[in-house]
Amino acid sequence: MELLSGGEMIAKALEDEGVEYIFGYPGGAVLHIYDALFKTCKVPHVLVRHEQAATHAADGYARATGKPGVVLVTSGPGATNAITGIATAYMDSIPMVVLSGQVATHLIGEDAFQETDMVGISRPIVKHSFMVRHAEDIPATIKKAFHIATTGRPGPVVIDIPKDCTRPDAKFEYHYPDNVKLRSYAPAQRGHTGQIRKAAKLLLSAKRPVIYAGGGVILGESSELLTTLARTLNYPVTNTLMGLGAYPATDRQFLGMLGMHGFYEANMAMHHSDVILAVGARFDDRVTNTVSRFCPGAKIIHIDIDPTSISKTVAADIPIVGPVQSVLEDLLDIIGSLQDKDAQQPDTGALGRWWQQIEEWRAKHGLWTGRRYGESDRIMPQQVIESLYRVTGGDAYVTSDVGQHQMFAAQYYKFDKPRRWINSGGLGTMGFGLPAAMGVKLAFPDMDVACVTGEGSIQMNIQELSTCKQYSTPIKIINLRNNYLGMVKQWQDMQYEGRYAMSTYEDSLPDFIKLVESYGHVGIQVTRLEELDQRMEEAFAMKDRLVFLDIFIDPMEHVYPMHVAPNGAMKDMWLSKNERT
Amino acid sequence: MRRIISILLENEPGALSRVIGLFSQRGYNIETLNVAPTEDLTLSRLTLTTTGDDKTMEQITKQLNKLVDVVKLVDLSEGAHIERDLMLIKVRASGTMRDEIKRTTDIFRGQIVDVGPNTYTIQLTGTGEKLDSFVAAMAEADILEVVRSGVAGISRGEKVLRL
Repeated sequence: MELLSGGEMIAKALEDEGVEYIFGYPGGAVLHIYDALFKTCKVPHVLVRHEQAATHAADGYARATGKPGVVLVTSGPGATNAITGIATAYMDSIPMVVLSGQVATHLIGEDAFQETDMVGISRPIVKHSFMVRHAEDIPATIKKAFHIATTGRPGPVVIDIPKDCTRPDAKFEYHYPDNVKLRSYAPAQRGHTGQIRKAAKLLLSAKRPVIYAGGGVILGESSELLTTLARTLNYPVTNTLMGLGAYPATDRQFLGMLGMHGFYEANMAMHHSDVILAVGARFDDRVTNTVSRFCPGAKIIHIDIDPTSISKTVAADIPIVGPVQSVLEDLLDIIGSLQDKDAQQPDTGALGRWWQQIEEWRAKHGLWTGRRYGESDRIMPQQVIESLYRVTGGDAYVTSDVGQHQMFAAQYYKFDKPRRWINSGGLGTMGFGLPAAMGVKLAFPDMDVACVTGEGSIQMNIQELSTCKQYSTPIKIINLRNNYLGMVKQWQDMQYEGRYAMSTYEDSLPDFIKLVESYGHVGIQVTRLEELDQRMEEAFAMKDRLVFLDIFIDPMEHVYPMHVAPNGAMKDMWLSKNERT
Repeated sequence: MRRIISILLENEPGALSRVIGLFSQRGYNIETLNVAPTEDLTLSRLTLTTTGDDKTMEQITKQLNKLVDVVKLVDLSEGAHIERDLMLIKVRASGTMRDEIKRTTDIFRGQIVDVGPNTYTIQLTGTGEKLDSFVAAMAEADILEVVRSGVAGISRGEKVLRL
């Protein structure tokens, strides 16, 4: 058995865990670890320019690959800078392991230099956390952290490591465990068969069914099963913001995204449905609108790996706790046998009328069945996303920041595959898009990776342009430039009589073209619609260069549909500035 | 409605703060909290009382179960159970009040565990309600200090909370 120091054990354990990238930033408390990485570790390390970006890059990597992201930061400010990224991953259930340095054990509690209680500060935003007490515990702790982060409902796990536990002169026998036993942690392996049978019967008896699928379908690698189920039954499917790509967007049965900025036909179908099959979704407030008015005629079947998601906001009639994959397999089996043996079939007459209704809604206000945005002599933001979709053949990884551009991307880029749409849905973190795109590009160097952003969000982590230079990550940044914090402005237009409190930059924006050029990248300004496609093509043709497209759009455009609030139901929407349902 | 939740918790540093943090983070009440190691030194037993409607209680128990450090839990108020709260109460005891306080303590089956020239310290165990009644009965006396352990609870009969 090898004798290794604490720092060396960390390096070796990450190798043994099969980690492909470490995203991090060195500092005093982790210098022993960095020295061990330098001397022995085969896992490449990406040096970011701010620890928040390390967590977002690891997060983007995790969302695109399905593997856990790994972050290494120092104590104190290194740890606190990582917090926003950890919270982002937590809200969207992204597997991540964050190793944070801590001051030496004998200094803990003494307000030592760069000391902060990382386990305490991160407690509400982690799936679990560990504080290493003895160096010899490091391999088992790392194994447990990866196990917890990646199983059940995934999430970030923090390991706080005091500096003395990594010192090079104290060596220990190293053995990386093959498996983990935790008596108090046992995520459900199967759904309850009786419940699944009840769900199957209710589904087959539905007259106006909707399948409402969320990010859990993607996390649970169940997009194909979901598609099979929907096609078997010929039921319509809507995806949440987090679930985009879980069901192919270009399929006839897809209703588009639902919720606050969801498609008219998706929100109408939900409101008028009699049976909702919720799969890996959590009835978030951005989906439901007013909970007491949510889908009044619907019986709800809710499949989720996390029991706390079920009946938290909207009560489920048939709760099923279990991994989406095994539950959908069981559900398909039972539906198959019910159809064979008991000749129970969906009510095709009712279903036909339901589809007819949906097609009417779709033809009337569907975002993809006609031009729903206004005319302008400026470029409309929706046209930028349509151009991006055309130029990338609908097959790019698209990350986004948070705001109007995020909603336009979600509405107009038709995601046919899971893990292609990478955004901070739960926490809504501005500054996510660029570092996330970096993580995605490292994982898939041959794929097109676009970061759709705005001049507000991009400036929150713009320093990562330097990291992109160092590690050659030629992503394409699509900056929807309107010189406003667009979503803030939209709310101020709609609810504050156009008082733009702190939502404009006046004339303080940098020249983004010069800025990206100074980082060694390419900047292209686009101001006219006629040149949009051509510039977009030029950008994506530069395979080995990061290109920043600074696209001047109509600053007055709003995102529609938009739920009417407060006290609105799913069906209550603004469809344009002066038209509502 | 008042509930008594009893938890077997990993006896790890920080485990208790996860439980407490959950309550404050999600806006749940804690009325009493009692925690101590068990005969198995790797486990702590924690009893807490809280109030909430059925929906809130369902979320509280689910959220607690989700914590990795929570090994098992039971809502004791769902079945027959015994609950005990321990109170130490120090009162001014001089003149005629000295006998009066002794009598009331005897009626409540409490014990005077410390006697000073002008004070008594009384120990009393029972349900929270009984302790409240005792404090009310002491209204005439000059109460100097009240310390309560919070409710500790256990199920009646064969039902047990263990690994």
